[in-house]
Amino acid sequence: MSVPKELIRNFSIIAHIDHGKSTIADRLLELTKSVAHRDMTAQLLDNMDLERERGITIKSHAVKLNYKANDGKEYVLNLIDTPGHVDFNYEVSRSLVACEGALLIVDASQGVEAQTLANTYLAIDNDLEVVPIINKIDLPAADPERVANEVEEVIGLECMSAPRVSAKTGENMAEVLERIVTDIPAPVADDTLPLRALIFDSVYDSYKGVIVYVRVKDGVLKTGDTMKMMATGAEFNVVELGYMRASGPEPAEMLCAGEVGYITGSIKTVSDARVGDTVTSATHPASEPLPGYRKVNPMVFCGVYPADGADYESLRDALERLQLNDAALSYEPETSGALGFGFRCGFLGLLHLEIIQERLEREYDLDLVTTIPSVVYRIHLSDGSVLEIDNPTHYPDPANIDFCEEPMTNSHIYAPSQYVGTIMDLCQDRRGVFKDMKYITEDRVDIHYELPLNEIIYDFFDSLKSRTKGYASFDYEITEYRRSNLQKLDVLLNGDTIDALSFIIHADKAYGRARKIAEKLKEHIPRQMFEIPIQIAIGGKIIARETIKAMRKDVLAKCYGGDITRKKKLLEKQKEGKKRMRQFGSVEVPQEAFMAVLKLDE
Amino acid sequence: MNNIGIYVHVPFCESKCPYCDFYSVRYDNSQVKNYISSVLRSMEKYRGLSADTLYFGGGTPSVLGGHNLSEMIKKNREIFNFVSPEITVECNPSSCTPDLFEKLASVGVNRISLGLQSANDDERRKLGRLSDSNKVRQAILDAKKNGIENISLDLMLGIENQTEDSLKKSVEFCLENEVKHISAYILKIEDSTHFGKIRDKLNLPDEDETCDLYMTACELIEAGGLYQYEISNFAQKGFESRHNLKYWNCEEYLGFGPSAHSFHDGKRFYFDRKFEDNPVAIPDGDGGDLSEFFMLKLRLSQGISEDEILKKYNRSFSDSFMKKARQFESYSLLKIKDKTISLTKEGFLVSNTIISELEVLL
Repeated sequence: MSVPKELIRNFSIIAHIDHGKSTIADRLLELTKSVAHRDMTAQLLDNMDLERERGITIKSHAVKLNYKANDGKEYVLNLIDTPGHVDFNYEVSRSLVACEGALLIVDASQGVEAQTLANTYLAIDNDLEVVPIINKIDLPAADPERVANEVEEVIGLECMSAPRVSAKTGENMAEVLERIVTDIPAPVADDTLPLRALIFDSVYDSYKGVIVYVRVKDGVLKTGDTMKMMATGAEFNVVELGYMRASGPEPAEMLCAGEVGYITGSIKTVSDARVGDTVTSATHPASEPLPGYRKVNPMVFCGVYPADGADYESLRDALERLQLNDAALSYEPETSGALGFGFRCGFLGLLHLEIIQERLEREYDLDLVTTIPSVVYRIHLSDGSVLEIDNPTHYPDPANIDFCEEPMTNSHIYAPSQYVGTIMDLCQDRRGVFKDMKYITEDRVDIHYELPLNEIIYDFFDSLKSRTKGYASFDYEITEYRRSNLQKLDVLLNGDTIDALSFIIHADKAYGRARKIAEKLKEHIPRQMFEIPIQIAIGGKIIARETIKAMRKDVLAKCYGGDITRKKKLLEKQKEGKKRMRQFGSVEVPQEAFMAVLKLDE
Repeated sequence: MNNIGIYVHVPFCESKCPYCDFYSVRYDNSQVKNYISSVLRSMEKYRGLSADTLYFGGGTPSVLGGHNLSEMIKKNREIFNFVSPEITVECNPSSCTPDLFEKLASVGVNRISLGLQSANDDERRKLGRLSDSNKVRQAILDAKKNGIENISLDLMLGIENQTEDSLKKSVEFCLENEVKHISAYILKIEDSTHFGKIRDKLNLPDEDETCDLYMTACELIEAGGLYQYEISNFAQKGFESRHNLKYWNCEEYLGFGPSAHSFHDGKRFYFDRKFEDNPVAIPDGDGGDLSEFFMLKLRLSQGISEDEILKKYNRSFSDSFMKKARQFESYSLLKIKDKTISLTKEGFLVSNTIISELEVLL
């Protein structure tokens, strides 16, 4: 027996990192008695360790709540949680499209942030009813009236009647539930139409195969039906379907229009059930898929190598398993003269890259060496052909290049106005083109720049954070490819090119970067038995050099009386240290040196 | 059966030097009797063994005084069968009296090792040495007066504020006093010492300066007529430390007293760093394998020959070993001559790396 449509509310939560989204979600679960209080681990929705540590939501989740409202009726509330980072913008948009409304959580002490704003506009553009909630009123620095004004001014949402709550103490949280029922519309849905269900997330499970999370827009899906993915064309039998409860899946007979639930069907990989795709019936297919599907393409690439060559197979297995769950991750084998066998991996952005890297190291216990991240460059050759390269090793002979193009972004930085100067310095330094600046309130600004993507994939966000004491937020979208004066830098150690350290850079920045890399390498490569020149070259031309002097002292002057064992142990320790180094030609390079080059501080 | 070496560790000092991590406690007269009888008791097990060196190290053996030391040496000579032995006593100039050397000479002590460390009194003070260099000069004269001509001085390199000039002064002091032997050790800061605790506050010469000091020391000492026979040791021909050479030649020795190490019948063992009436030796594994032999032999200027390892271990230098050795030779760190390899002075300074890289290829 399906629930009447007018008693269904589908909503998501929009919030900046740290503004309390997960705590709000936890309170909602608690108030609707979806979980017993004793089962609450802090922030139940974020169930990956990494998410909990970073305080961000990486994958979407959904949960069905039952709520008896003040009008005496029993409502079904479907909370669709969204990822909170710019790398996962597309996932966010699909989660929002699955809802009729969104709670906009704003920190009563901090106000509106870039990510919040971007996602709020995304929600408004998709005709969602946005309900502002002012959270953290328990903080001493809370100023709910100022923040309410800010929301009205910046977003144009009526905010005077917005609930002022503290998810931490639970104050006024009941009002939030009432607002979901009164302010967010019920879905407009028709069970009689051909099935169309939007995939807003899919997760690989080793027992059930891929679990597909959907919002049914039209029609009905039953266990045993044959479903079809409209973008990929793949067909599967529905083995199980149902609702997600806080306590786990709750199987059901069918999913009806307007409802949110999960489907399993022995689907082997998430790339067969991509986020944004439409599930329809194989026997009575809909004529048109739901709008908005696109295949997400990796934007940032880097080489990932096992520190110990013997771990190559383990790395491949690990990537294969991560990809089951992450359609945005790409990888293919590559070989480096310096690093041996490894993989070229593609990521949505730098955070995605870091997450994958951390998961490989933590969950799969792998020790990795990664190369400098690169974007995809378009190289127009003199013969009229175009190369797309994401690996500097494939950079062609400059003599054959007509011109190069690199991806550009539209970037917005939101920050207190006192930081405008330092932020503009940073953007200028990163080859940014200033577009405009708006005062959101008296003391907060929205600075709009055009920035090349390759300037923001290294350490832009870290620099921004440190320059603004953490107060700035940042959001970007990729816009177009633009002609650019690019060059490839090579690093030579003792005369040998270390392919894994090559990278592509704008000509204006080549000298500065080259000098910095040379210095970093000098700092991190220990002295060896001979003098090692470090050279940074463009083509055949050396543009920076440093020298690591030969090691002079490594001796046990005294033999500790007759304690020979002690001396032996010291030499053993030395051999262990050597194992952590990589041999490049005649030079041994510790992994820290690679990491140091990756993270060139300002 | 070869003659072995006997080492006696005397774990008493007047005060602890800030760089020293050898086992010692503050001198306490009431402990001395027990200590001596414990050492003599643990020697009984080896009664009758032939030995040709006896070495009193510390700690500060001289704090025991001439009477205690000479009585101990007499007893040692009853227990072991000494064959024309070299008998060395380490002395701290501040506890040297004319009477001490007379007593020592009377029981056959023929070698004295004195801790000079530096001839510059401000440098000496920083190293916790209680006496000035005149006291060292006097001790040398007193020893010689009593017929002990074989005198060794310890020098320290790479100490706080040391310069080429101050080092020169220290080396000249050794040469003026016509000692037969000099040990010049590069200061190593051990975590467990006072210096280890204030490491960051020490104004030590850097790697390059320290190596320059070492090269200068070698040069000056050799110009003074002593030759280098080990990484840190120099002697007139015939006055090399016979006892210490046993360590470097991977020969056997027995050590008595707290923290003393032994290598006997192919086994290594040692006594704990504490006072015990009836100490039990703690096993420390087998000794004398090829890698140990190699590591120790390369400390010596004469190096190691293929003949030696062929005879002792039935092994020869592999091709990869020789290839690596030639690479080091090309950096002037090592010399290859008639299938004998030896380290140069520059090579001594990086001997840990050379030894560990060559040893795996043996």
